Parts: sequence; structure tokens; C-alpha cells
Amino acid sequence: MTNEELINELTTIQPNLVPEAGGEWPNLFVEATDWPKLAQALRFKDDLFFDYLFCLTCVDWKTHLSMVYHLSSTLHRHNIVIKSKLNREKPEIQTVCDIWRTAEFHEREVYELFGVNFLQHPDLRKLILPDDWVGYPLRKDYEDPINMIKL
Amino acid sequence: MMSTEQQPIKFPGQVIDTPGGGILSGPIDDVINWARSNSLWPLTFATSCCAIEMMSTAAAKYDFSRFGFEVYRATPRQADVIIIAGTIVNKMAPVLKRLYDQMGEPKYVIAMGACATSGGPFFYNTYSVVKGADHVIPVDVYVAGCPPRPEALLHALIALQEKIKAGTKRERIDIDGNKLIDKRV
Repeated sequence: MTNEELINELTTIQPNLVPEAGGEWPNLFVEATDWPKLAQALRFKDDLFFDYLFCLTCVDWKTHLSMVYHLSSTLHRHNIVIKSKLNREKPEIQTVCDIWRTAEFHEREVYELFGVNFLQHPDLRKLILPDDWVGYPLRKDYEDPINMIKL
Repeated sequence: MMSTEQQPIKFPGQVIDTPGGGILSGPIDDVINWARSNSLWPLTFATSCCAIEMMSTAAAKYDFSRFGFEVYRATPRQADVIIIAGTIVNKMAPVLKRLYDQMGEPKYVIAMGACATSGGPFFYNTYSVVKGADHVIPVDVYVAGCPPRPEALLHALIALQEKIKAGTKRERIDIDGNKLIDKRV
């Protein structure tokens, strides 16, 4: 499907999606509460068939956090980017590791570095940081007076 | 005519020809240093992109076997020199210290590239990077670059050889944190 067709198809499934202009692939903002339903459609609808989650990450915009999911279909060869704004004080979003298994440890990484709580994740532990680590190092306001030399 | 090329350091002693062979004579420490410097086997240890240049230095085009670096050893017990090729993070620091402690004496350390020298691009605003591998183990030769080209690593390796041949006094820290002074001159 072309980018326009993808956006049209998805806005019929989820009318309150907000497309973002620019970029090679279609960018769509989704409400965190609508994300599980949209994810199911993206993965299992035959004409979408996004079977490959090739990037799962998070961005700290200081005012809010933004989850970013890059999806690809190995069958139809089309790609899409789904973003979701999260409240910085209490960031919560449904896990997608039941749909894309690879999300399991990517979500653990986002959990330890940004503090996003993935609801119903089967094993939400720290991935690389020591278990007793305090704070979320990739947040813009992170301070570490012992290890960090500030520019 | 004067040659601008650097003369290689010769065998530290004399060859006395005798019928059916010859006798080598020289100060034993110098001969040992000469032998050691020409057979420095590095440890297979690399943590990031400098590793690619290090592997290139070992491969056919640059081939550091020509200078006696011969072959990577997969165990610290068989290695003479550790080339710290890459970023050392706080979690890796105890591993690096342990590998260094497991190497047999005499042992030498080369800090390859900006990360191993000072933390490099990760000096500021990083929570996880050691700002120079010399916070963990003593370093003999530092190489600049990000990453250094194979020629630069070869230069560092040859500099290390010359340091050993010259019998430079070296200061080391043993496992208990005591300073050991190598008194060889």
C-alpha cells in the first residue's frame, strides 16, 4: 500500500489518529488507550500485515514522553511509524509483546531508561542497568553528580 | 649521506663467531627485554568500533604479525599485551580489571582511541562511561583517534616495543593496590 492508502485505511479503523506531515513513512499519533486495538489491527489485518516491529523507542520532549513504534510488513513491503504521547508524571501504555514478541526486551529497555510502565508486560525488570539503579538516565532532567560531568 | 629513516634497535649484545656456530653475549636483562618486545601476543579484547580497526591491523593488509604481535590469545593467561579497543563503561570496568589481573607478568597495556584514553565523545553528560581506562588499569601507550587508523595502532605497538627495549622503569599496581616499581634499567 502507498502511504496515502495506509493513512486512509488506518483512519477508518481508528478515526482519532493524527497524521504528521513529512518523513519517508507515514507518521501517526495514537492515544495510548487506543493503542492495543490499533496494534491488533496492524498486525492481523490481511491487507496491513505489519509482522515486523523493527524499532521500539521513546523520546523525552521535556513536556511529555513520546513512544515511537516502527513497523514493517515483510509481505507487503510497506512501513509505518506510530507515535503516542505519554504523561511524563505517570507514563503508562499497554505492552505489545503479546503481538510482537521482540517488544518484550525493548520495552524493558524503555522501562529502565525512561520509566515508562508497560501494562500487562510479563516480565518488566531492568534490562542492562543494575537492579538497584535509581532514576531514568535517558530523561533530559536526569542528574548523576558522581558519574556525570555536565557540559 | 644521512638517512632520515629511523634505525631499528639492534640486538643488544655481540655475536662472536666460533667454528661451527657462534656465541651471543650481552647483558641478560637487555636480551630478555629484546626477546619480550619481539613477541607480544595481544589479548582478544575489544568493546566497540576501535575493534574493527584493531582487527584490520591484524589482518592481511597491515598484518601486525610482522612485528611480533603474532596472534590473538583468547585467554589472559597467554597474553602479554591488552589493547583496550573501545569504550569502557562502569559495568565493564571490573571485567577489565579482572582480565588485567589474570594476565601473567610482564604485561603491557595500550589504550586505543579517544574512549579508552579519556572517555572521548562520552566525556560529558554520560552516566555510564569510565573517563579513561587508566582509572581502572595502568596504561603504557595511548593512541589518539576516533577510531585510530591501523597505521596509528601499529605506531603505538612499535612505540611499546621501543619502550620495552629501552627498559623503561615502569610503575604498576598489584592486586592489593600496592605500587610495584620495576627496577630494571
